[in-house]
Amino acid sequence: MNFQLSDDQKALQEGIRSFCQGRVAVEQLRKLEGPGFEAGLWRELAELGVFSLRLPEDEGGVGLGCADAVLVFEELGRALVPGPLIWSHLAAGLVEGAASGETVVGGLDLLGELQEPFVIEHCESLDALLLLRADGVYRVDPAALSAARVEPPLDPLTPIHHAQSLPQGERIGDAARAQELRLLGAALASGFLLGIAETTQELAVDYAKKREQFGRVIGSFQAIKHICADMFVHQEVARAAAYAAGATLDHPEVGDVSRAVSAAKITCGEAAMKNARACIQVHGGMGYTWEVPAHYYLKRTWVLETCFGTIDEHAENVASRIEVAA
Amino acid sequence: MDLRSSESDEKFRRELRAWLGDAIGAQGAPPPREDWPARRAFDCAWQKRLFEGGYAGMNWPREYGGRDASLSEQLIYHEEYSRAKAPYVGVNFVGLLHGGPTIVAEGTPEQKARHLPFILRGEQIWCQGFSEPSAGSDLASLKTRAERDGDHYVVNGHKIWTSFAQVADYCELLVRTDPAAPKHRGISWLVLPMTLPGIEIRPLPELHGENEFSEVFLTDVRVPVDHRVGAENDGWRVTNVTLRFERGTAFVGEIVDMQQWLRELAQTAARVTRHDASAWEDRALRREVGELAAQLDAAWAMLKLSVSQAESSGVPGVGGSAVKLVLSEAKNRVGDLSFRVLGRAALGRSDFAGLPVHHFSWEAIQALSMTIAAGTSQIQRNIIAERIQGLPKDR
Repeated sequence: MNFQLSDDQKALQEGIRSFCQGRVAVEQLRKLEGPGFEAGLWRELAELGVFSLRLPEDEGGVGLGCADAVLVFEELGRALVPGPLIWSHLAAGLVEGAASGETVVGGLDLLGELQEPFVIEHCESLDALLLLRADGVYRVDPAALSAARVEPPLDPLTPIHHAQSLPQGERIGDAARAQELRLLGAALASGFLLGIAETTQELAVDYAKKREQFGRVIGSFQAIKHICADMFVHQEVARAAAYAAGATLDHPEVGDVSRAVSAAKITCGEAAMKNARACIQVHGGMGYTWEVPAHYYLKRTWVLETCFGTIDEHAENVASRIEVAA
Repeated sequence: MDLRSSESDEKFRRELRAWLGDAIGAQGAPPPREDWPARRAFDCAWQKRLFEGGYAGMNWPREYGGRDASLSEQLIYHEEYSRAKAPYVGVNFVGLLHGGPTIVAEGTPEQKARHLPFILRGEQIWCQGFSEPSAGSDLASLKTRAERDGDHYVVNGHKIWTSFAQVADYCELLVRTDPAAPKHRGISWLVLPMTLPGIEIRPLPELHGENEFSEVFLTDVRVPVDHRVGAENDGWRVTNVTLRFERGTAFVGEIVDMQQWLRELAQTAARVTRHDASAWEDRALRREVGELAAQLDAAWAMLKLSVSQAESSGVPGVGGSAVKLVLSEAKNRVGDLSFRVLGRAALGRSDFAGLPVHHFSWEAIQALSMTIAAGTSQIQRNIIAERIQGLPKDR
């Protein structure tokens, strides 16, 4: 067993991180409020291999595994990169042009508890919409949708449309494929949420080291220190679970894939939720203003909690996999 | 990021599993918990069995009779050990996990010969005399005094939380040898033979009603100077060297035990009726059980990550503090859920009405010690904030 990052994985992580630091800084996020999408950025992400990562090399991909993909999404989450990233990644190899970024793909998971109202993210930026249904994966032309924009969205970087009904679409994958994509989607969302948990922890600690009250930096008070320490613990629990989900997807013989992915979605969702809230709390009054970016992280976390299974659904899945026949 | 075991690790697991199956059968059932002489005999016999089987001192160096197992083998050891429900390390705990490793690192050849082989074979029991009534989280403020008188130290003081004092042969004792020095620099580490005159032991009943802890009163106890480990006044550093041995792999045992407890809780819930259905059909309960099981899986993965980092870099990954916080808090939540499932059967302490009351309530009560012992949860948070996150040390 060697569960730590390989040298290749560290290089991959470093590559995505430095790209995001230069290209998707907080000022950039502010500019993207509203559309939540930029075609140029999308092309660059495609060139980095964000969408083609797991496609075999002879199909134009990078030939990497699920654990690598989780790492990449952790970095995208750290930078809070907007756009239908997970769906476009899932669509690589299934929808022509998704891997290269020429076709922007969104989606709707109709396998879980949350179905209606049908809320479609990034609808105006999409070239294709995937639907995960019990009997398979369907492709819908976004132009054929009758959907109304809902203003304003909860997350200023995730515009949404409401569709009263959904067309049947073209079946492009079987039932097993739909389940597989949902599982992988949950693992990637976990990686993204892990990234959010990390950035919010770092922002809070940095602020606690600088902000002074009562003549001292607030990070010297145990009341603040313990909030920060808990944020660190949440982040590390989430990291272990997200990486374990990726490693188990790559080698199912090491465990129970479904349980590992659910454990990741639960712990990463909780970590992001708690840390994003705590980050606002540590920032005090300024944390409640639009001028400090802390709110972006919590709002995106709220979005991702509804995607690929809520914490409630995944907790029920884990419970259902406990052997109760004595 | 690969969770697959190597062939040699799998071989180690198979052999250990087979050995444990035979050895546990041969060992038989443990004696009543209040019978201390019998408990000592049972725990020592088990330790001897481990030694003869080649499984004593997994993290001890080979030259002192240990197995010097890799960290991944240690993880497997603790996992299989708990799965097989092998006897608890019991009275051998302090010698194997702290006293012995300290002597390995800092002891003289005579001290090594006097203690190490005996600890490993289960023939020498140790207890710990570190904490004092007024030196808990602030351990370095300890006041027990050792004054030099020729070839002896004359020791006077009061120790507390001394597990297994009533059956121990030796005590690892922290004493103040220089009251004028800064608090961390005036401490020495002594091996105290528990047979010396002037030692009084007063058992301290704990919340589950057992007497594992004692207070130890020391009055003019004469300890030979050659029983000091390390230099005079260097005891604080000596105490901390054993951290090199401890990478938190033993937490795996705790995780496996808690997973088994959670499974037993679900099985019990399936037999208990609430609102004309079984309690296991209650979504609120299932939600919490599922969430806790996920936390435990994540804690296990944390250990694997930390061990993998330590094996390649020699430096442990994210500390035991984070794992300890997660596990101790999770265990208390499992305790609460257990009482919820037991309903009014939780008002007893022993099994009745066909329910596992004894096990659930013993664990639920024992869990309360986990957020306090070996560094309270608050101290763990200070450690994380100050040593990992770099927040200022002043409070």
